[in-house]
Amino acid sequence: MSKNKDTVLSIALVTPSIVAVGIFIYGFIAWSVRVSLSNWKGLLPDYSWAGLKNYINLFSDPRFLVDVRNTVVFTVIFVLGCLAVGLALAIMLDQNLKGEAFFRSLFLFPMAISFIVTGVVWRWLMNPAAGDRMSGFNLLFSNLGLDFLVNSWHLTPRWGMAAIALAAIWQMSGYTMALYLGGLRAIPDEIREAARVDGASEFRIYTNIIFPLLRPVTLSAMIILGHISLKVFDLIIAIAGKQLPLDVPAIYMWQTTFDGYFFSRGAAIGILLLLSVAVLIIPYLYYTLRSEAEI
Amino acid sequence: MSTTALSKPLRRLPFQWRHLLYLPLILMSIFYLIPLYLMLTTGLKGFEEINLQTMWNLPKSIRFDNFIAAFQTLAPYMWNSFSMVIPAAIISSFLGSINGFVLAKWKFRGADLIFPLILFGMFIPYQSILIPLVEFMKTINMYGGLPGLVLAHVIYGIPITTLTFRNYYASLPKELVEASRMDGAGLLGTYWYILLPLSWPSFVVVLIWQFTSAWNDFLFAVVLTNPQAWPITVALNNMAGSQIIAWNIQMAGSFLAAVPTLLVYIFLGRYFLRGLMAGSLKG
Repeated sequence: MSKNKDTVLSIALVTPSIVAVGIFIYGFIAWSVRVSLSNWKGLLPDYSWAGLKNYINLFSDPRFLVDVRNTVVFTVIFVLGCLAVGLALAIMLDQNLKGEAFFRSLFLFPMAISFIVTGVVWRWLMNPAAGDRMSGFNLLFSNLGLDFLVNSWHLTPRWGMAAIALAAIWQMSGYTMALYLGGLRAIPDEIREAARVDGASEFRIYTNIIFPLLRPVTLSAMIILGHISLKVFDLIIAIAGKQLPLDVPAIYMWQTTFDGYFFSRGAAIGILLLLSVAVLIIPYLYYTLRSEAEI
Repeated sequence: MSTTALSKPLRRLPFQWRHLLYLPLILMSIFYLIPLYLMLTTGLKGFEEINLQTMWNLPKSIRFDNFIAAFQTLAPYMWNSFSMVIPAAIISSFLGSINGFVLAKWKFRGADLIFPLILFGMFIPYQSILIPLVEFMKTINMYGGLPGLVLAHVIYGIPITTLTFRNYYASLPKELVEASRMDGAGLLGTYWYILLPLSWPSFVVVLIWQFTSAWNDFLFAVVLTNPQAWPITVALNNMAGSQIIAWNIQMAGSFLAAVPTLLVYIFLGRYFLRGLMAGSLKG
């Protein structure tokens, strides 16, 4: 009897959260889908049916195509950069060096800072002005006699996104290091010992044993970083403001909706972003939760 | 970046060789510290020392001109941030704790189906719910001010807070709950007397996680608040975008905006890391 009462009570306790998530996440997604299928352009809501028009128009919209290219450039550089730096740092920190905890905390501190702060500082670090107005990295390179390194950073035609990705790597590579370090620490020492007894060189131990064992970590890191890069927004705003060469879908959505009142197109961009994230995250959630259940 | 220094094979070399690794480690440390160095040294220079050409130099004397000027501009927005972040973090933690307890220890039918549906909410790009969110906030008259922003952070924080607490409660032995049931305690009694006193580490993790993410948020803030309710991120970004405010004030302002979360990280880093790992479901 009291068990039944508790079951009712337990459901009652989680109901507010479930209802809130139901409305604010799933209900709002459905609402966005509906807006994306409408003709709503202007301050007053207009839910007249437009079918897939907004989606179709996006795929012939030059700005959206620039956005897709920028997202691809950013994602590739950001994800590969974080993985390379993160893995290198993790391997170095896994060598029982003194001061490991200090380096680990240092590499991770950018995670505590907002993309806005990072962006404002990097905007000055990557300032492309020349002559008297030269500053940041360019000034440093020039002072050190490394003038060949002076460049236009995020204002480089076509490849400006790479500079934005550099700032993002600064922020997120420590996190990738932490993921890899967790993976390395989970490999039992006996495996390395056994390989050493068999006469394998340390280099071979890494290439033939450790790296294959780290593959699941790499996969999860790629998914987490990949979904972050699809959502990148505030970092670009803080470094460069809203400018077309550095545009991404998240910024386009924001601008077309709240500056241009083109709600139906904004909703369509939001839904496309959601779909691209879902393709990464749903299989990830499925496998992570399933393997958790098996343990 | 200095990764080229790592291209040679890394081995467990004899003691003294291993120490060569300090070279790349220190180079990378410098890379991570550069923005912090610039924010701090610029902030500590007197106005007469401010010059783009000498931006990398250490201050000749320690002055607080820039920090004071930045604080005068940003103080109201920092206050907005604090008065939004603290209630958001506290409410989120209690909700997460209750949800996590029920989902981990008092499973009802369908709990295993609901959990992944809640978790998915942690990863969605908020652009996909932004228009309905703004419309909804306008309808319930919470658009423009801080209460609406608190509500958004609390609700969109439910997935991660629930996950953190659920994983923690799931790691506690079943016998705890069973023993308390034998003693005749009900659901609330078990939660209040047995699990809640054991939960403080998770409360710390979730409190600082929600504190940090709400403090650092920009998207919800820029869309949901009017200028007088702007939190620090929106105000700082606005300051950086204006032509009037000089770069040195922007640097000092950035540092001020980073200080609260940096302090949390420095003093409670262990708990911060656990929140971070929970966010990738690796808790």
